[in-house]
Amino acid sequence: MTALAPRASRRRRSAGWPAATTLRYAALIVGAIVMVTPFLYMLSTSFQSQAYVLTIPPQFIPNPATTGNYTAAIGTENFLLYFVNSLIVAVISTAGSVLLSSMMAYSFARFAFRGKEAIFRLLLAGLTIPAVMLLIPQFILARNLHLLDSLGGLIFFYIAGSLSLNTFLMRGFFASIPGELDQAMQVDGANSWTRYWRLAIPLAKPAIAVATIFTFLNSWDEYPIALTMINNSDNATLPLAIANFQGQHATQWGLVFAASLIAVIPVLIVFLVFQRYFVQGLTSGAVKG
Amino acid sequence: MALTSTAGRATETSSVARPGRVSSPRRRRRFTLTPYLFLLPGVVIFVVAIIWPAVSAFQMSLYHWNVFNAQLSQWSGIDNYLTAFKDPHFWQSLANSAIYMVATVIPQMVIGLFIALLLKKKSPVQPLFRVLFYLPVVTSWVVVSLLFKFLFDDSGLINFTLHDFLHLMNSDVSWLADRWSALVVICLLGIWKGIGWSMMIYLAALQGVPESLEEAAEMDGANRWQRFRAVTIPAINPATVFISVMLVIGGLNVFTSVQLITGGGPVGQTDVVLTYMYTQAFNFSDFGYASTLAVILAVFVFILAMLQLRILRTRDGEELA
Repeated sequence: MTALAPRASRRRRSAGWPAATTLRYAALIVGAIVMVTPFLYMLSTSFQSQAYVLTIPPQFIPNPATTGNYTAAIGTENFLLYFVNSLIVAVISTAGSVLLSSMMAYSFARFAFRGKEAIFRLLLAGLTIPAVMLLIPQFILARNLHLLDSLGGLIFFYIAGSLSLNTFLMRGFFASIPGELDQAMQVDGANSWTRYWRLAIPLAKPAIAVATIFTFLNSWDEYPIALTMINNSDNATLPLAIANFQGQHATQWGLVFAASLIAVIPVLIVFLVFQRYFVQGLTSGAVKG
Repeated sequence: MALTSTAGRATETSSVARPGRVSSPRRRRRFTLTPYLFLLPGVVIFVVAIIWPAVSAFQMSLYHWNVFNAQLSQWSGIDNYLTAFKDPHFWQSLANSAIYMVATVIPQMVIGLFIALLLKKKSPVQPLFRVLFYLPVVTSWVVVSLLFKFLFDDSGLINFTLHDFLHLMNSDVSWLADRWSALVVICLLGIWKGIGWSMMIYLAALQGVPESLEEAAEMDGANRWQRFRAVTIPAINPATVFISVMLVIGGLNVFTSVQLITGGGPVGQTDVVLTYMYTQAFNFSDFGYASTLAVILAVFVFILAMLQLRILRTRDGEELA
C-alpha cells in the first residue's frame, strides 16, 4: 500500500460524502421496504381474526389484535408434530451432508489420485441436473428401498441433493489452507483422518457455516420431494403441511400465516447464528474457485 | 473459472510432503487408498440417489412405462419424444419456463449486484440490511408463494394499492385469472425472493477485489463508472459466472411457486415444464411421458449451462490477455 494514494482519495471522497451517503441509504431503505413489507403484512394478518382479513381498506395494524391464529395453529392438525419432523429431517440432513461433503472436499483438495478429475466432474454435473427431473425415478427408488413415506427417505435424498454444491464450496476453502500446516502434522505422525478432523475442519469454519446455512435452509424449505414421497400426514414436514393447510382452509389466511411465521423462525435463527461467517466462507469457496 | 476449475490445484501438497521420507511400497499403497476412503460414502449416496435416477429417467423416457409393474413396460423408442414434439401444451409450458427464466435471471443479477455495491462499505447498519435483503431467501418457497397469492388476491393489498390508493388502475385486476398477469406475479416473486442470494455472492466477491487495483485506476484518472467497468466487473467475473449458471438452472426448474399460486391454471395456461411433468406423472400416472419432459428440460439446462460457461469464460480470458 502506498501512503499517498489512499490519503488523496480519502480527501476527495470526503468532499462528496454527505450527498452520496444519503443517496446510498435512500436506495437501501427503499429496497429494504420492498423486501420487508410483504412480511410485515403477513405478520399483521396473522394477528387478525378472520373477519378482518382481505377487507377494504386493508388493516395494517390489527385492531382488535388477536393471538387466536397462533393458538389455533399450534393446537390443531398436528402442527407440533410437523415442526418436530421438519427439525429432525433438517438437522440430520445438514449434519450428514456437511460431514460427507467436507470429507470429499478434503480428498479433492489434499490428495493426488487416479480418477480425481473424473469424479469431480461427475459431482459438478450434479449441479446441473434439475432436482425435479429426478422426482419420478427417485420416487420409484424410494419405493423399492421402502423409503417411501418416511423421514429417513427424505433425509437420504436431501443429503444426496446437497452434496455437489457443498463439496464444491468447501473444496475451494480447504485448498486455500496452507499446505505447510498439513505437512507439519504429517511429520508429527498424524494420519490423514486426524489432519482432516483436527486441522482442516476447525480452520474451515466459515465454509462449513455456509454449507450449514444452505443445507439447513434447503432441507427445511424443501417441497417437491416431500410432496411426492410423503402420503401419510404423520410424516409430513412443515412446507407440505402449510401447503395442505392452505388447500383445506382456503380463506383462513391468518391461520396459514401464523403457521408460516412459526416455520420461518428456525431458519432465521440458523442464518443469524452463522451469518457472520457467511461472506468470508463464500469468498474462498464459490467465487475464487 | 468458478464452476469448471479443476480439482487438481492442490496436488502438489501431498507430493511435496513425501520427498523427505522413505516411502516403502506398503506405505505408498495405503497412501493411494486414503483419498478414495474419504470419497466413498458421499460418492455412493450421490451415485445411488442422483446419478442412477438421472440415468433411469432417460431410460424411462424410452418406454410406455407401466406404473404398477415395471417389467410390463413397453419399449417405445423415441415415441414419447415425438409426442412431446407435437404436444402444443408442452411447447407452451416450455415457453412459460423460458419466459420465467429470462424475466427473472437478469433483474436478480443486476439488482443483486447493485445492492452489494451499496453495501460494500462496512458500516454499523450493514449487517442489518444484509439480513433484511436475505429474509426472502431463507423463507420457504411454499410460504412466499402463498404470501404472493394473498397479496395479489382480487381484494388483496396490491389491487388496493394500485386501484383504490394510487388510482393507477381503473378497476381491480384479477391477476391470477390471466396467463400473462399470472406470469407477472410469478416472475415478481422469483425476482423478489432471489435478489438476496445474488447480493450475498456478489458481496463476497467484492471483498476479494484488490483495493490497490482500484486505486491505481483512480490515479490514472478513471472515473467511478470506468473503474467499475475496467476493474470491478472483470474481478468479479467468476461470481457472475457462478450466479448466472445457478440462476438459469433454477429458473428453468421453477415449480413450487407455479404449483401453489396458479396450479398451472387458468386451464393449464401458466403450466411450466415441471408442473406439466408433475401432472403427467402423478395425476395421469404416465411416468414415461413425464420422464421425457424432464429429460428434454435437462438437456436444455445442460446446453445453456455449457454455453454460459463458454461465453463468460472467453470474455474473461480476453480481458486478462
